[in-house]
Amino acid sequence: MPVKIEKNKNLTTAFLSGEIDHHSSVFIREQIDEAVNCIAPKELCLDFMGVSFMDSSGIGLVMGRYKLMHAMGGRLRVRGVNRSTMKVMKLAGLDLLAKIDCKGE
Amino acid sequence: MKAINEMKLTLESHSVNESFSRVAVSAFVAGLDPTIEEISDIKTAVSEAVTNCIVHAYKNTVGRIYIWVGIFADQTVKIRIRDRGCGIADIHKAMTPLFSSEPEERAGLGFAVMQSFCDKITVRSTLGKGTTVTLIKKIESKERC
Repeated sequence: MPVKIEKNKNLTTAFLSGEIDHHSSVFIREQIDEAVNCIAPKELCLDFMGVSFMDSSGIGLVMGRYKLMHAMGGRLRVRGVNRSTMKVMKLAGLDLLAKIDCKGE
Repeated sequence: MKAINEMKLTLESHSVNESFSRVAVSAFVAGLDPTIEEISDIKTAVSEAVTNCIVHAYKNTVGRIYIWVGIFADQTVKIRIRDRGCGIADIHKAMTPLFSSEPEERAGLGFAVMQSFCDKITVRSTLGKGTTVTLIKKIESKERC
């Protein structure tokens, strides 16, 4: 599934959608990394508003993008996370790595 | 105790089947009228177990994944996910959070998610023969009077 990416030097936002699992995360990762490596933004925002399901493959996806942004001296933000996805993220302690905004909060 | 309803599903270990497997199991369990959170927990745990079969058990090959789901009279769901893949040398190590034999973008949290989202999980494995993961979860939401 193509990821819509709003490219901006200060803030680049990737709008994720559908289901994030081992199968889909490979393609999502490639698209985000291509944009980030090309723009080198100060901040990367992963928007989960359109995500209906995520397993631990999504943790790998967020952690990997955190490392990428960290290596470039940038920041990572995660927003629009629903309750079940938040449960998986909290289990991994992602809320300690990046600022996470929940859906409707 | 005998299941009051059961189903079996056999899949090839293509990653595209991860989505189908979790949706099929959750649709079968939906008859118990679970909450959205319970369904989401089951979907996530099944997804982790099936992904393990694909990524680890049948790494670089394609094999079959055997799923059995039983529903019991006390609203308990038992999900058994079995492969005939490489087996796990050290189950304790494999279940340690953040450990992964495939560190490239794998968080090493598959078993941690299964443990946290189910009431009970058992893992049996024989090197060279395969692994069986059993997930047990009680659907609490709407117990009938």
